[in-house]
Amino acid sequence: MARDSRLEATETQRHRGQFDGSSLWLCGSVTRLGPLLSAVFVASVLTVACGGGSQESAAPPPPAPTENPVDPATAGNVTGRVAFAGTPPKPALLRMDSDPNCAGEGGSATEESVVVGDGGALRNVFVYVKDGLGSLRFPIPSTPVLLDQKGCRYIPHVLGAQVGQTVEVLNSDPTLHNVHAVPGSNDEFNTGQPLPGMKHTHRFSVSEVMVPFKCDVHPWMRAYVGVLDHPFFAVTGPDGSFTLSGLPPGTYTIEAWHETLGRQTQTVTVAAKETADVMFSFAPAS
Amino acid sequence: MLHRFGVVVAASTAVLIFAGGLVTSTGSGLSVPDWPTTYGWNMFTFPIDKWVGGIYYEHSHRLIASGVGVLILVLAAWLWRAEPRRWVRRLGYAALAAVVTQGILGGITVLWFLPDPISIAHAGLAQLVFCLTVAIALVTSRGWKRGSTLDDGPLRTVSVATTALIYVQILLGATMRHTGAGLAIPDFPLAFGQLVPPVWTGPIAIHFAHRVGALVVAVFVLATVAHVLSHHRGRPELKRPALLLAAGLVVQITLGALTVLSGKEYIINSLHVVTGALLLVTSLVLALRAHRSRFAADVETVRVAA
Repeated sequence: MARDSRLEATETQRHRGQFDGSSLWLCGSVTRLGPLLSAVFVASVLTVACGGGSQESAAPPPPAPTENPVDPATAGNVTGRVAFAGTPPKPALLRMDSDPNCAGEGGSATEESVVVGDGGALRNVFVYVKDGLGSLRFPIPSTPVLLDQKGCRYIPHVLGAQVGQTVEVLNSDPTLHNVHAVPGSNDEFNTGQPLPGMKHTHRFSVSEVMVPFKCDVHPWMRAYVGVLDHPFFAVTGPDGSFTLSGLPPGTYTIEAWHETLGRQTQTVTVAAKETADVMFSFAPAS
Repeated sequence: MLHRFGVVVAASTAVLIFAGGLVTSTGSGLSVPDWPTTYGWNMFTFPIDKWVGGIYYEHSHRLIASGVGVLILVLAAWLWRAEPRRWVRRLGYAALAAVVTQGILGGITVLWFLPDPISIAHAGLAQLVFCLTVAIALVTSRGWKRGSTLDDGPLRTVSVATTALIYVQILLGATMRHTGAGLAIPDFPLAFGQLVPPVWTGPIAIHFAHRVGALVVAVFVLATVAHVLSHHRGRPELKRPALLLAAGLVVQITLGALTVLSGKEYIINSLHVVTGALLLVTSLVLALRAHRSRFAADVETVRVAA
């Protein structure tokens, strides 16, 4: 029991430039070592290291309206499909033998950088409204989105969340993972999940397409989270299709993002209570 | 006895540098997100069945580093108690301060998600720790204490220059590794099929600088070796490190080429790191021996103390 409670407390998350309390013992120990460590460099390091810290992981959610500003009587949709143009690459087998707990998952897992289904349907494309919503602001969903670690893979591989919405990262594996988000605009974090069932929650503070997640223990594990300040995003499934529903009438820039094939944009006009179709086609990376 | 212990400490430092090279080469630097704990455990009680994936490299590196830290602590204490030469005792203190600083740098670079300047400083300071332990092992040896009548100004100059250039080259290599420029030029020996890269970006410039640095180092190493073989062929204390330097240069350039051609295979990449460190300390030993007569007064000090 003592170990479990300690481990629960170890799911620490560190943001750039901050230390948690675990570094404090070091400060005391080092400063007792006397004149050897009186060099300016070490002193400056300790000034930073002993300067305080935080285990608070969540960015404060920005104030958001509680009601959807879109009139449902006039709302329209954008639907479409994303295709892969050309011969689909044969997915490479993932070598998971660096962790016996992962190697036991069957050994047939394939990498997910380009997943093409029947008829060239391209999976794992993040499609979203990039521009056209003006100053509309949307409520933050109260339900969290889940990023699961199962079979030493991230499930789903690509997902979306709104700014301020809770993202839960769950460890469903009988092994340990570190959850390392490497955003460009939001705060980077890296947290350990040494026990099955551990859950880490995070809320992103600004829009960013995409935020890569990785596990440094298992370097094949990658996931991408699209963070937006509105709910008009989708990830293509096995049939390559997507739907952005509930859009107010207007003209929008729709972007399709793929982790290796790049980005494409199209402009589409949505009339009241109508559905506009958009098709994307990605060519193999040269 | 002290000398033998110094040799053990120096050898363990080389092992530590190889282990550190493996951490970067396998991209495992952040596989243990906390420090000085390991997933909340005291690092010395972290269960061995959890040493999986990248954790194996990162956690091993931390444990080896702790062991080397203790060895250097013992070495510094031993020198403090038994070494009559003040400057040698100071070498021990410097090694201890350096290895403690090195540990803190290693922790900070993990907690701050491997910022390039700190990771490069961590790599650079590792070489200085290695140099200090090798220097201590050398100056506590019987051969050093016997003294030397060698007075060769050009050898002193070229050996120091070679040592300094190897260190600069190692810093360039560390910059290349930690900024992800290791494959910025994907072919070898040419660069994009030409002698000079046809396009320039930051990573390409760093990578190319490392290649040019290798050429400069090679010229100085060969000059040093040629000088020793032509003027001091009968002095094994100079000839041995000179020949080692020549052989190490060939191995190191080969490993550098293989690192690129293999797409940074992690064992080759890490061997390239540790061979660079071995070249540095070999050159340092040669330089120190070339300066041995400058330490002549110490012979008397040691004899009196004995």
